[in-house]
Amino acid sequence: MLLQKEMLARQFRELSTAKENGKKVVYTFVPGNLSELIHAFGMLPVYPEINALQSGMRKKSGGFIRDAEKAGHSEDVCTYVKCDIGMLLNGNIGPTGDKLPEPDLLLLSYTGCFTFMKWFENLERLYPGVPVAMLHTPYQENGRITQEMTNYMVEQIKTELIPKMEKVSGVKFDETRLAEILGHAAKAEDLIVRIFNTTRNKPSPIDAYFAGVYYIGPINAGFRGTPDAVAYYQALHEEIMLRVEKGLGPITPEGEMEEEKFRLVVEGPPNWTSFRNFWKLFYDMGAVVVASSYTKVGGVYDDGFRHDPAKPLESLANYCMNCYTNLNLPQRIDLLAKYITDFRADGFLVNSIKSCNSFSAGQLLMMRQLEERLGVPVGFIESDLVDPRYFSYSNIKNRLDSFFQMLSQRKAIRGQMAEMPA
Amino acid sequence: MEAQINALLARCQELAFDLNFSEAKAWKKARPGRLLVGHLPIYFPREIVHAAGGLPVGIMGGGDRKQIIRGDAFYQSYICHMPRGVIEMALDDNFNDFDGFIFPSICDVIRNLSGIFKLLGKGRFVKYLDYPQNFNAEVGGAFYRREIQHVLEEMAAITGQPVTVQALNHAIELYNVNRQLLNDIYDIRQQYPWRLSYESLYCLMRAGLVIPVEEHNEMLSQVLEYISQDVGEPMDNIRVVITGAFCEQPPLGLIRSIEIAGCYVVDDDLILGSRWIQGDVNSHSHDPLGALVSAYLQRSTFSSSVYDVGHPKEARLIALAQRRKADGILFAAPSFCDPALLDQPQLQKACNEAGIRFISFKFSENTGQFKVIKEQVGAFSDSIKLWEETVL
Repeated sequence: MLLQKEMLARQFRELSTAKENGKKVVYTFVPGNLSELIHAFGMLPVYPEINALQSGMRKKSGGFIRDAEKAGHSEDVCTYVKCDIGMLLNGNIGPTGDKLPEPDLLLLSYTGCFTFMKWFENLERLYPGVPVAMLHTPYQENGRITQEMTNYMVEQIKTELIPKMEKVSGVKFDETRLAEILGHAAKAEDLIVRIFNTTRNKPSPIDAYFAGVYYIGPINAGFRGTPDAVAYYQALHEEIMLRVEKGLGPITPEGEMEEEKFRLVVEGPPNWTSFRNFWKLFYDMGAVVVASSYTKVGGVYDDGFRHDPAKPLESLANYCMNCYTNLNLPQRIDLLAKYITDFRADGFLVNSIKSCNSFSAGQLLMMRQLEERLGVPVGFIESDLVDPRYFSYSNIKNRLDSFFQMLSQRKAIRGQMAEMPA
Repeated sequence: MEAQINALLARCQELAFDLNFSEAKAWKKARPGRLLVGHLPIYFPREIVHAAGGLPVGIMGGGDRKQIIRGDAFYQSYICHMPRGVIEMALDDNFNDFDGFIFPSICDVIRNLSGIFKLLGKGRFVKYLDYPQNFNAEVGGAFYRREIQHVLEEMAAITGQPVTVQALNHAIELYNVNRQLLNDIYDIRQQYPWRLSYESLYCLMRAGLVIPVEEHNEMLSQVLEYISQDVGEPMDNIRVVITGAFCEQPPLGLIRSIEIAGCYVVDDDLILGSRWIQGDVNSHSHDPLGALVSAYLQRSTFSSSVYDVGHPKEARLIALAQRRKADGILFAAPSFCDPALLDQPQLQKACNEAGIRFISFKFSENTGQFKVIKEQVGAFSDSIKLWEETVL
């Protein structure tokens, strides 16, 4: 955690002095982020969603959202967008209190979320004159990535992204340099898969949702492709393996979880405005999340995908298309079913986010299909990403209490059945 | 002729809101080997279905004519209404006899709805049609061409026959005529909007989504001939453009209320797909697919679902309002419609800068109370008629 804090603090310091140091800044998104390509041009990435979620955790998002709504944005739309626009209207002061540099390039890598496109169309108007590089990522509508989809992506990278990045950065594209960076990315990806696979243990040494969102920080927020990220994930993996050896459960904000009562798979992003209270509702009940879809939003590596230094542009393309929200609904169900089975989950829970149709539309059917396919108990709660008006503690607590009661009863019945003579 | 036109328009209303698609199903039954391919808004190159011996059928939602019982179990309260109506129709077997379904890339909700159709096993094929957001012919164009070819392959797998160049060119010609007739009707209405109510025009356009284009062209020709004459009485209404309702459709009662409140709707984006391509598609090409692709890349109208940097939609909306000599713009977006609502601040800013008056309201396809919107639109209309000079 300390290592991660240092890395992030350094990143924000670097951003705050970017203009003085002649560094070019690229605004882009986490799903389908092309951090390696940005690094290959010596530029610095800024992720508006990360700023928004940080604003949510620091209790600033409510004000930003209200300011965006005063500026004409509907109460119905994505609160990440409104939080970002509100932050901009308030001087673009980032999560650490430093002013964020204005973008030199808007890299619209449009993966798995249609709203990203609308978001950057808005930013394009708010930062007039800043070039936009658009990368349209085809959806895996048929449950696979075809060669023609990859070709389309690679052509866009070659004809749209690289020329604009060369122009903005003043650096010529160097494929060897990119391949070297991708080599580091693949190492970090190997490690993060091993880290999330440790939840196969009982007790699970980590919480793959609430703590998981911290673990994915470096790989999603600009460090993928750096030796720093590899070092971080090595250290994290070693620390977690020590917990496995000692048979320890996950660490919570209030210390170590004493007893693992329920193992869950969670679908959907967390709520950020009441993150600590939200997590507490789980660990107080001895519930640990052993796998989550949200931690795959910046890349699905479980299926063996790795950035490939031998095929740099193709692997950037395939990475983008393989992010969780770019999977079709049958693929998502298959992935979640695998998690439930492989990680021996007692229940499946959906945290349905008002702001995020990319996740939310279809979740109710996914839930029913998993229940029918696996006979797993399912639960459903609703909240929002960064709009504090849509986090109802009592409502969520009531639903979770019922869900955990159901899981308890089921466990008790199963225990009784196991004791019955054959 | 008036009686004949009234009968035609009454039939259009029946066709437009027949959620069982009886006419389309009867068309399919009339000859073996025919296909029905359902498509959601906004745009779909219907020419390719026609060329494959099929009928493209527009699925515009259940509106206020479908009671939602099971559809609500598929969608949270904060997701727009249209997909739950579509699901309700799917579960009620309204789409029986449909061979395939096309889900054009409009937004995340419609994208995921394609996955729900796959899971429910509806039709013989379900295709999310990913329109390119890259408009370079060799990059986005090549991708889009493959997307269309996939649909052709799905249909050929059912019919056992690939489409021919001649069949595609013939279909392109028919839809060119269709768009031209619609544009002519819009042009006449711009000058003489009282000759055909917007409610009637809407039903006329929507009926065209469920019947063969040949028949629709005949209807449009008759209506065009009728409104080319000096019919109807002008009223003291303002001229407005409606924007934002390109996917989920407002109920007919709401459309009627806007007219009653004192507005002539001189342009809109309600059945936008029928007028999507601006001008004709080349119908004499050796490569008709290429002609459809270029038309999409180069001559599409603007929409919230299409990436617009470099060709900003606010400038195109202002130009449209000016060309139609509109007194104002009604921003009418469905509740929870991310594309439409996220565009509104920029579009409205442009209206302010251009001195174009506007109001905005949200609706749902099953909105049942029109009083508030009617009063809002009425006040808007009055404020322009009574107290302001024409700005445009």
